[in-house]
Amino acid sequence: MWDFVKLFVLAAIAIFAAYIASYARDPAHMVHMVIIMLVAGGLFIWQIRRVGEPAAAHDPTQYMDGVIRYGVIATAFWGVVGFLVGVVIALQLTWPELNFTWAQGYLNFGRLRPLHTSAVIFAFGGNALIASAFYVVQRTSAARLWGGNLAWFVFWGYQLFIVLAATGYVLGSTQGQEYAEPEWLANLWLTIVWVAFLGVFLGTLINRREPHIYVANWFYLAFIVTVAMLHVVNNVQVPVSVYGSTSIPVWSGVQSAMIQWWYGHNAVGFFLTAGFLGMMYYFIPKQAERPVYSYKLSIIHFWALIFLYIWAGPHHLHYTALPDWAQTLGMTFSIMLWMPSWGGMINGLMTLSGAWDKLRTDPVIRMMVVAVGFYGMATFEGPMMSIRAVNSLSHYTDWTIGHVHSGALGWNGMITFGMLYYLVPRLWKRDGLYSLSLVSWHFWLATIGIVLYAASMWVTGIMEGLMWRQVDAQGFLVNSFADTVAAKFPMYVVRSLGGVLFLAGAIIMCYNLWKTVTSVGEKKPAAAAVPAE
Amino acid sequence: MVEKTPENKVQPAERQYPDPKKKLKQDPPTTGHSWDGIEEYDNPMPRWWLWTFYITIIWAVIYMILYPAWPLVNRATSGILGYSSRGEVAAEIASFEERNQVWFTRLMEAELEDISADPELRGFAVNAGAAVFRAQCSQCHGAGGAGVQAAGYPNLLNDEWLWGGTIDDIHETIRYGIRNDDYDFARWSQMPAFGADELLDVEEIDQVVHYVLRMSGQDHDADLAEAGAEVYEWNCASCHGDEGHGDYAQGAPALNTAIWLYGGDYDTLFESVYYSRFGIMPGFASRLRDAEIRAVAAYVHQLGGGQ
Repeated sequence: MWDFVKLFVLAAIAIFAAYIASYARDPAHMVHMVIIMLVAGGLFIWQIRRVGEPAAAHDPTQYMDGVIRYGVIATAFWGVVGFLVGVVIALQLTWPELNFTWAQGYLNFGRLRPLHTSAVIFAFGGNALIASAFYVVQRTSAARLWGGNLAWFVFWGYQLFIVLAATGYVLGSTQGQEYAEPEWLANLWLTIVWVAFLGVFLGTLINRREPHIYVANWFYLAFIVTVAMLHVVNNVQVPVSVYGSTSIPVWSGVQSAMIQWWYGHNAVGFFLTAGFLGMMYYFIPKQAERPVYSYKLSIIHFWALIFLYIWAGPHHLHYTALPDWAQTLGMTFSIMLWMPSWGGMINGLMTLSGAWDKLRTDPVIRMMVVAVGFYGMATFEGPMMSIRAVNSLSHYTDWTIGHVHSGALGWNGMITFGMLYYLVPRLWKRDGLYSLSLVSWHFWLATIGIVLYAASMWVTGIMEGLMWRQVDAQGFLVNSFADTVAAKFPMYVVRSLGGVLFLAGAIIMCYNLWKTVTSVGEKKPAAAAVPAE
Repeated sequence: MVEKTPENKVQPAERQYPDPKKKLKQDPPTTGHSWDGIEEYDNPMPRWWLWTFYITIIWAVIYMILYPAWPLVNRATSGILGYSSRGEVAAEIASFEERNQVWFTRLMEAELEDISADPELRGFAVNAGAAVFRAQCSQCHGAGGAGVQAAGYPNLLNDEWLWGGTIDDIHETIRYGIRNDDYDFARWSQMPAFGADELLDVEEIDQVVHYVLRMSGQDHDADLAEAGAEVYEWNCASCHGDEGHGDYAQGAPALNTAIWLYGGDYDTLFESVYYSRFGIMPGFASRLRDAEIRAVAAYVHQLGGGQ
């Protein structure tokens, strides 16, 4: 009976999507509806071939790792895609001729830029967070993922969201809000998937067989709950029609700007900071095989971070129509956020005390430590840039881009690479990684790439900020905007090179992980007896 | 995974490693929990960390007292310094205004043609005009004033002018713009689309283009150009002049020089005759102050080809 209900619903969705696709008002919506039709139709066929078959049995005492293996593959795949698009748009900024005439309206900088940011933050980072959350919550709760196949729904549903968002950007469907570009259809779908994610995570936590909830899970839970809230509030909107991708936001003017940056800053705070701190709190102690440095510090810095981060958004709107009082609050809360952010860095670094020698021998732990180092640097730079006087120089310049990338490449990228190197041998039950020296290559390529990227953006950012504000003794502007763009060219070349190095490192990682799965022997149980000969 | 494998080249062979079994000092107590083998030490928070956190909180509170911070029922607290970001900008603008007031007054009182005769006033006008140019004009005419030929943005560095190159002409062009609907005073002219509107057939256009190529001293087909002379006389000469000198009164470009607005090669000329051109420049009378428009006019006039 249940099978037939599912078949009926899938068939109805496929037919409805086909109907909408044929009357769609814009190409993005048509492509989205065709994708939905294909997915629902494919699921219909998959389902109809299984009618009457008993549900696949699984052992409730075993961890559910299949979905995490898929998550690891998706993380690596979307990572390379996102880095590649990043390199392309860096080259387009350096040599604008690369905005080819034949690709206008599809592959020019304006279309590819949101593709890059969403691919690295939501596709690469999001898959890394979902996969690692599923892994960590099972291990630290000693419980199988709750909800049966719901975890699979979260994984595939999230991939569908990524595909809807990405195709929408290239075809010109955007609501023009940074990091929240997808229109209503993708937004609604993400909301459903995210609630399912929350359900799986919370259900597993409730089923835990440990008396206490491990610190990593506090951070994961804060990340999931807050991102749900941010996403919903920033996307309160009315679709114009079911036949088109356009929707009208309810917020307008400076309120819209404030809510957008409340969302935008906390996407950084809860997606890229809290979520990844959850990752850090599991994988660093595991890889270093040392206890976490301080429980007290973790509890204080967690609550301080959660409380303070949510107020800091207005620092993105200094010297705008936003009232001065809101700017002041954004700035002061950002300053107070400095130490709570650093609490995570201290706990990560000090966990290594007594095991510092591993930095010499284990490139994976070196990667994680550098990640924490970049985290500390970016979370010092952030509060500094939120100071009104500093911001008057740094705002709208490449300094901001450099700041974001030292956090994104250095912290989010490196800790995710460390996580992947940790997880792959364990998930595929391999006897260690294929090659530690390739990990070392990846480490150095990525580190040098980040340094080139961040340093070149500091130079151009501060230079263009100074050039923009340069006036002569009579108060007259000295440089035109085009002069400042021309002056940045050499540093744009350096930035592109940094991106190429980072991408090369990630490709080496993919090769190494692939060989780990295919070429390294199965890990034998530790107690296996040696056969006598 | 951390085992020392031969392929791990990070590890120098002769290095002395500390004995991991030998503990340098006693480990602190743990909280007693273990998750998947992870334990937590019960270390205190680092003092420097805690004190820096306290100091940032105190600093924030002081800042909130000094600056506008907390929203109340009708308005926010304004802070004891009385700061406002708009006020800061207004004060800075006012200070420059005050300093330059005497100059702007002199600029307004002088006749436009007389500006260049007064070195002091000329220096100020060119300097001020250059600044306005960088912010308002460089988007189309280029940061250096060289224009963008393929897009029809005139080069301001040479002595070819469309609507006249005296400082009064330039001033009027900046003030009201060209072919826009915003100002009744905007000068206006329109070249017919000879091909698209079927005023000439393709053969005739081909001939007249060769005639223009000859007129501007470029390679051309002599027979076609000869035939084009008549087409030119009947259709083009009334605006562009018998000799192709152009006409400032109608904004008709000269055709007998090597300087082109859209390009002087065969294909571009053919396109210009076939479809015509219609370049628009916005007027700045309502965007800039009179003194600023005068300053830009003085700047553009001295760039290269002012008459």
